[in-house]
Parts: sequence; structure tokens; C-alpha cells
Amino acid sequence: MIKVRDIAKSYGEKKVVDDVSLSIEKGKITSMIGPNGAGKSTVISMITRLLDKDSGEVLIEGDNIFTQPNNELAKKISILKQSNHLELKITVRELVSFGRYPYSKGRLKDEDHRVIDEAIEYMELEELEDRYIDELSGGQRQRAYIAMTIVQDTEYIFLDEPLNNLDMKHSVQIMQILRRLVREKNKTIIIVIHDINFASCYSDNIVALKNGKIAISGTKHEVIKKSILEEIYEMEINIQCIFGHNICIYFDDQIGDVTENDAKEYAQTVQHEQLRA
Amino acid sequence: MLKMTNKKLILILALGAVASIVLYMLYDLNPAIFFYQIPSRAKRVAAIVIVGVAIAVSTVIFQTIVKNRILTPSIMGLDSVYVFIQTSMIFFGGASSAILLNSKANYFVSMVLLVIFTLFVFKFLFKFTKNNVFLLLLIGIILGTLFGNLATFMQMMISPEDFLILQNNLFGSFSAVDESLLWITGIIVLVSILFVLKDFNSLDVMSLGRDHAMNLGVNYDRKVSQLLVIIAVLVSAATALVGPMMFLGLLVVNIAHEVFSTYRHVYLIIGSAMISIITLVFGQMIIQFMFDGGVELSIIINLVGGLYFIYLMLRRSKI
Repeated sequence: MIKVRDIAKSYGEKKVVDDVSLSIEKGKITSMIGPNGAGKSTVISMITRLLDKDSGEVLIEGDNIFTQPNNELAKKISILKQSNHLELKITVRELVSFGRYPYSKGRLKDEDHRVIDEAIEYMELEELEDRYIDELSGGQRQRAYIAMTIVQDTEYIFLDEPLNNLDMKHSVQIMQILRRLVREKNKTIIIVIHDINFASCYSDNIVALKNGKIAISGTKHEVIKKSILEEIYEMEINIQCIFGHNICIYFDDQIGDVTENDAKEYAQTVQHEQLRA
Repeated sequence: MLKMTNKKLILILALGAVASIVLYMLYDLNPAIFFYQIPSRAKRVAAIVIVGVAIAVSTVIFQTIVKNRILTPSIMGLDSVYVFIQTSMIFFGGASSAILLNSKANYFVSMVLLVIFTLFVFKFLFKFTKNNVFLLLLIGIILGTLFGNLATFMQMMISPEDFLILQNNLFGSFSAVDESLLWITGIIVLVSILFVLKDFNSLDVMSLGRDHAMNLGVNYDRKVSQLLVIIAVLVSAATALVGPMMFLGLLVVNIAHEVFSTYRHVYLIIGSAMISIITLVFGQMIIQFMFDGGVELSIIINLVGGLYFIYLMLRRSKI
């Protein structure tokens, strides 16, 4: 379990993260949501020691994260930041192999190659493994980076907006992979995510941030509620239960003159049809 | 398969470097002055190897840190500062000043001042510009122009005789290198490279960028500070020994990138060192045998390197 106590960060006068405390449950997917500028990425960067914090502490299984040797920490926590643009001549397989660096220091052994093969298969990258990274599409590249984190084989995996610039199909694919990682490999995954419906459908716990503070933190059922979300995002949000998932409808209700009743009726018909099929 | 080709390429380049050195040593030997020619050429070859390796290694690492292939320490104003230091010596001390005439004193004063300047640029400007490459390049060019103009200003004020003496020190040249300085520079370069040697793999990780490197357990910020000190020492030692070779690093490292098309520093560093030696030996042959020593080597290198620099800029702007 990771416990975060009162971490804070200011840039000049502005407090970007204001005494945030939270705990991350093992073997679950925890989503961080909140408006732009709420401090989500900053919190994640501080927890994973990419960014120095002004105050507070981060404990992993009770031990302070900053007193641990970098290399040992790299076997416990991995972090993948958003917008990974590389101008390197590097193939998918070479990139994925970097994930073994904390273990092999660049000299790959048989065991390392086995883990790399496994991850490439897991992320369905076999056909791409000899392609250069800059020749891939956004979804393929994101899969390659996630394969690198899988190879790193850490208990905790932090992902900063892994769905950025991906279409629905690839977003769903990535989220399914994350669920599989939790289910099959018992990983603990923390993601920063903008689409609240992805958060609602695929995560176990949700932490909502606003203005550098925790607005609410709890299971997804506790957080995905009309009154709570409306306060965080300062807009009207309706929530419908579709196929057992709480789906937020936040589009301007003037579009196409859809009333709340229409929406409810439509959802019911869809559900009926689904049941019949 | 890819690895095999890269290893073969290294081998070919190494053979090329050895062959060019042998060619230079044996070309047009005159039996009458044989015992003068061989040691004098050997000394130049030693200087070429030391400087070539120092510039190549430092430029590869520098470009990995700043993630840019057209920035080099020399382009960031280091060469102008060298010219400024040399000019100041003659301006304030006169042509007969002890520092200017004593090549050892000159070497050490130049080297220390260059290291100080480089470290200042690295430590403060990198933080100040938040590693923004364009801002860095701009400030580097402004600093270069500033020191260049200050030097020109002082050169206008000194007597023509003094200026002629000064001019000898302003162009990079392997023709008149002090033997004991050769040893000192050689040792400095060797020690610096031994430090880097054990870091080839972490350099590879660092080329992924700060976030990835930290994630993989590399203490990025500390590594960068250490490496910047090594770069400053390498470049300053090389420049103090033979004078400015502005575009040498840019030329050889970019050729190495095109030859190897890999991110791995083992290949990039050894490869650019070999290319660097080959370039300098051939340059030396051209000025020594074709122009009879009438032209300085740095002029040839800068002509070729400068053209290549323009080509790189044009190609970049197209993409």
C-alpha cells in the first residue's frame, strides 16, 4: 500500500498541490480525475519522485520512498508520463528491453529475454517488434511503452493519461489490458484520466482533485454521483446506469433537444434489445 | 543482424583510422630528414588522436543531454571565449608577456578559464532556460558574438606585430604542439573517458529523457551534473591544446548518427571517435602536403563542417 501524507508543491505564489493525502489500495485500479490544472499530474510526479515536493512524505509499505536507493525503487514503482515523443532510432523491442534496466543494467540475460518476449506477446506487439518507434501509430506506440512498464515488473504502475490521443477502440484496448494486469498479475495501477466514463467503467477506486486539493476519494460508486461531479466540474452532469455501469452524460442538453426522459427511454430500449439478444 | 552490421562498421572505421594514420606517417618520406620527419609526424598523430577522441566523446554526451543534434559546446560560445582569452593575454600583457610565450602557462590559464566558462553556461543557463534548446542556442550565439566582438575590439587596439603573434594562437592547428602538454592532455582525456566508460549503458537510458531515466532508476540530475563537468574538461583541454575547431564535433557526431542509425552509445561514441581521427588525419594531409602548411587545419574543418551545419539546418526546417 502507498500512503501519501500532506504533499504540497508551489510554483512561485501559486499552490499547485495543497497538502494532499491519500492511500492507494493494492491490487486495484485507482483513477485520478479532475478538471485541467487540478494538480493530478503533479501529484503523480511527486509520488513517483520525478518531481521534488515542497513538503510531506510518501510511504511505500511503510518505508519512505526518498530514502530508498533509486534502483531498488525502480523495481517497485514504474511511471509512464504522457506525451512520449522520442527522436531516437530505436525499435520496439529495444524500447521494451529498457524496462529490464533496473535488473540487468543493460546486459540482458536469458531470463530478461524471456520476460521481454512475454510482454511483447502480452501487448500483441510481435509483428511490430523490429519496427522503429517513430514509424508507429499513437496506439501502437502507447502499447510499446506499456510493454516496457510491464517488463519493469513493478508492483505499482503509474500511468499519466495513457489514453491521450487514442481513439475509442484503442482506449478500450488499453483499459482492458490494465484490467488484465490487475486480474492476472495482481498489479496495482494508478492512472490519471480525463474521460470520467472510462474512470467509472474500468477503475475500482477514484480520487478526484480540484484546485490542488482532494475533492473526494473512494470507491467508484461513492464518487460517480451527480451532486459530487457537478461540484467538481462546475457543470450539469446526469448519470445513467447502462449495462450496470454508471455513465455520465454531460453534453449540452440543448443539442438535438433531448430531454432527460428521452434519454432514459432510449437507455431502456437499448437495454431491452441487449437482453433479448 | 543489426548488431553484427554495427560491429562490422566499427571495425571498418577502426581499420580506416589506422590506415589513414599509417598513410600519413609514410607519405613522401625523405630519407635525408627521416629522423626528423617520423617523430614530428608521430607527435601530430598523437595530438590528433587525443583531440579527436576528446571532441567526439564530449559532443556525443552533450547532445544526449540536450537532446539536440545541432548543439555542441563549441557552437555555444566556447571557441569565442578561447579567442577572447588569447587576445586578452596579449592586450593586457603585451606580446612579450610570460603567459603568452610560455606555452604551459598559456595552456593552463586557457584551460581553467574555459572550464569555468563552460560550467557557468551549463549550471546557470540550463536551469535558467529550463533546458529550452532554442533559448540556449540563442544565448550561446549571443555569448559567442559578445566575446568575439570584445576580442575583435582589443585586436584593433594592439600593434600589428602583436596581432601577427596572436594570430598564430587563434586557429586550431596541430603543427606546433608542446610535447609535455600532449602528455598532460592525453592523461586528462584518458581519465575522463575511463569515467564515462562504465556509463555507456546509463547513457543509453538517459537518451530516453529525464522521466524515463528516473523511472528506470538512474539518478538523472546527478548524472547530468557529473557528465557536464567531464564534457567541460574534455572540450577545454582539447581547445587549450590545439585551438578552436568549431565544427569538428558537429561534423563527426552527425556523420556517426547517419552511419550507425542506433541510439547505443557504445557504437556512437567509438564510431564518432574513429570518424574524428580519420577526418583530422585527412585534413592534416591536405594542409601539409597539398597546401604546404599554408593553411590552418581548422579552416578546412570549419569549411566542411560549416557547410554540413547549413545542410543540417535546411534539412531540419523541411521536416
